[in-house]
Amino acid sequence: MTAGQAKSIRAGTGPADQLRERWLAPCGLAVLLVFVAVFPLLFPNPTATNFGVVTLIFVAVAAAWNIFSGFSGYLSLGHAVFYGTGAYFLVVAARDWNLTGAAVFWLVPLGGVAAAIIAVPLGLVALRVRRHTFVVITIAFFFIAQLSASNLGITGGSSGLLVPVPTSWNPATYNNPFYYLAMLLAAATVALSWLVRRSRFGLQLRAIRDDEDRAAGLGVRAMPVKLTALVVSGFITGMAGALWVYFIGEAFPQFVFDPLFDLAVVLMAFFGGLGTVAGPVRGALVLEPTQLYLNLQQANGYESEILFGVLFLAVILFLPRGVLPTAAEYVTAARARLRRGGWPGRTGASQAQAPPPAADNPAGTPAAGSAP
Amino acid sequence: MTADLRADRVTKSFGGVLALDGCSLTAPAGQITGLIGPNGSGKTTLFNVMTGYERIDAGQVYLGARRITGASPHRVFALGVGRTFQLTRIFPRLTVLENMLVPAQRGRPARPHRERALELLAFTGIADHARELAGTLSYGQRKLLELAYILVADPAVVLLDEPAGGVNPSLIHHIADRISELNKAGQTFLIVEHNMEFVMGLCHQVTVLDSGTVVASGPPEVIRTDPRVLDAYLGTGTDDDD
Repeated sequence: MTAGQAKSIRAGTGPADQLRERWLAPCGLAVLLVFVAVFPLLFPNPTATNFGVVTLIFVAVAAAWNIFSGFSGYLSLGHAVFYGTGAYFLVVAARDWNLTGAAVFWLVPLGGVAAAIIAVPLGLVALRVRRHTFVVITIAFFFIAQLSASNLGITGGSSGLLVPVPTSWNPATYNNPFYYLAMLLAAATVALSWLVRRSRFGLQLRAIRDDEDRAAGLGVRAMPVKLTALVVSGFITGMAGALWVYFIGEAFPQFVFDPLFDLAVVLMAFFGGLGTVAGPVRGALVLEPTQLYLNLQQANGYESEILFGVLFLAVILFLPRGVLPTAAEYVTAARARLRRGGWPGRTGASQAQAPPPAADNPAGTPAAGSAP
Repeated sequence: MTADLRADRVTKSFGGVLALDGCSLTAPAGQITGLIGPNGSGKTTLFNVMTGYERIDAGQVYLGARRITGASPHRVFALGVGRTFQLTRIFPRLTVLENMLVPAQRGRPARPHRERALELLAFTGIADHARELAGTLSYGQRKLLELAYILVADPAVVLLDEPAGGVNPSLIHHIADRISELNKAGQTFLIVEHNMEFVMGLCHQVTVLDSGTVVASGPPEVIRTDPRVLDAYLGTGTDDDD
């Protein structure tokens, strides 16, 4: 193989992928970023910016969840532990350190650090097992955290804690600092996800997802790789939780450690495309505003939860690769069928030029043909 | 880099079943050693204990002068022992080239590693599929991919578990040619295989296992006519000739 040929082959990219990667995806991303950046100017209504803040927080959380679970294949239903840890850290630290106003925002990264610290022992225990057992253990950790928050004095028990709300801020633009911080967090998380996906670390995570034992036999140190991904994911989720709790201004165990949180995040990732960079973002951008809108429209909030539960089942059972990726595949297949129907002569010519199957390989599998 | 791989009186049992019973074997540096035996004789178990996939009950495993007994699979690989599996184990949702990049050694620059990966794909004849998902490859191509991604890390010894199993005849010759070519460049192989033509035509030494014990070891022409081997492996001892 020549150097030129070697250069022309890039992992996972065909001509269509390269076109999408080089032009369409960056252009689409730029348009999305500009829209997100000017959203509070276009829609200054507090309800709209409220939707924006929560949606961007979920973009960050879904992308962070995907960095661990989507890439490694270890499906966590315990990320609410990190979210809640970051949230409670901010509330308690702001109270104990007498921080108010914009100074509280400095606690957001520290909330992430607190969550990352929690992720280490959690990972060391949970990552010793795989598949369903791992899922069950993460759920167990979630309930331990929720019960602890409901009973410990430092978290205010079941009475919860209130966050010192910045009363001096202009009510008309109150949401904006939260909005732009959430945007920054979401953008940074998606960028990190993109970097991880293209890195050797990300390749090791995806190898673990496909066959962990085989990866170990090729020199991949599975435990440190998985644990690092979990800690990074927990750190971001903790920051998101801290920002969210400051935004809503109160911390109650049943909301900070909410079992529906994990289901929502998992659904977002599956919906948009598990294990991809864009998938969780798409899922969060579609599902979170929808849920918020339904909650706003329905007097009974459980109706939207039932709807999302049904959607969750449908996606997991019938479209595990994601609704949007599956729909895109259908569109691609339909286009290909249209092309074949539109240029029958061309199709016929290409078939006529195709070599006959090798005598020792009548099925025409590429094995024999490709071997020199 | 090449080295002897040696199992010294290795014992392994699963519950009450003794899979390996004081089994000793050497794959000399620079040679192709065949490991044959009937189904259940302990060939794959021996591979598993030598590469850290199974814990050893007794005995030792050495790579050159270094004891690697009980080392984890990633450690064994890092020390220079690569292996393939009886049923191919590739990463189906990674591209063929990405599969090749998984075994990259830490600290090695990415670009030369990528070029080496592409060279090996060309060498094994599957470079045209570099961009495709590995899960779309045929079974024979998967065998070649497994061989290629083991070689990318430049191991001292390569253990191949049935490289010709389930592969069409033309590809078997191709695989044999590649192994032979690599061996001429100094690569050490230990091969488990049921295809006698493949083993006898390729290997310098053949070791025969039966019920977890080595019953014979020597050059192919000697093994081919050893009555103990005929009895244990083929079930046609000298008595049957009467």
